Amino acid sequence: MKFAVVVFPGSNCDHDAYHAVKHVLGHEAEFVWHKDTDLRGADVVILPGGFSHGDYLRTGAIARFSPVMDAVTAFASAGGPVLGICNGFQILLEAGLLKGAMLRNRGLKFRCEHVYLRVEQIDTPFTAACTHGQILRLPIAHGEGNYYAPPEVVAALEARRQVIFRYTDAAGIVTDEANPNGSIDAIAGICNEARNIVGLMPHPERACELPLGSGDGIILFESVVRALANAAV
Amino acid sequence: MKARVFVTLKPSVFDPQGKTIADALHSLGYRDVQDVRQGKYFEMDLAAASADEARRRVSEMADRLLANPVIESYRVEVEAAEP
Repeated sequence: MKFAVVVFPGSNCDHDAYHAVKHVLGHEAEFVWHKDTDLRGADVVILPGGFSHGDYLRTGAIARFSPVMDAVTAFASAGGPVLGICNGFQILLEAGLLKGAMLRNRGLKFRCEHVYLRVEQIDTPFTAACTHGQILRLPIAHGEGNYYAPPEVVAALEARRQVIFRYTDAAGIVTDEANPNGSIDAIAGICNEARNIVGLMPHPERACELPLGSGDGIILFESVVRALANAAV
Repeated sequence: MKARVFVTLKPSVFDPQGKTIADALHSLGYRDVQDVRQGKYFEMDLAAASADEARRRVSEMADRLLANPVIESYRVEVEAAEP
């Protein structure tokens, strides 16, 4: 299975994603520069974290116009699995591939710590190997992860089960203290209506080996391998 | 021609920066401050045949890039030509 990791100017988690997929998971991975216009036959596309274009104007606002985004959009429209992590999530929001927008964190602090997430839905390619309600401990590192969408959009996301991850405490309970950035409804990750595009603020790729503090993140990558293998049968 | 674009968060969207600035002003003794909303301001020089054309072009730019319609609204001003 081949993963494409898109590299924007200012991406800084591209090597983490590449390492997780290639060396921990043992699958093929290839970097794709943001000016490239094809994804080299990838089965999965990852938009990694970082500060693309210096986060100028708004996070992801300039990266969404990179030439590679036409290929990513075409790949996603054809049902290909796309994972946006942190800045990658912000880019997907700016591109309109996922609904909503990011505001500055409540409290204005850049939050860099481990948080707990509850897996809300397992019928996406990136949560297929999870159990419903599974708790994952993953790192976050962002200043603009305060997810916002108008009330009617949030209601539609909830009704269509497009909220995939929520910030909770270690016991899986949504509390105000467990919400690191003020995201509406404690939303940490969502998917599109077709469920093949998933974005989340926490960093699963930085939590794939126990010496790094958590191995919980690998399950997202194992999930997509399993989902694609099942789809191919 | 000069154009100015003011981008602000929609009234329904919470502005953590504006709130912090309001708190800071209160702590400086400006008790009369009731609310602060922080926004972005763009000055642009552009070649346009008329003010209407400039306004139309700049509005298109704001729709596509300068503002995010999910959370922000904008206002465009075009400077009257020198007599």
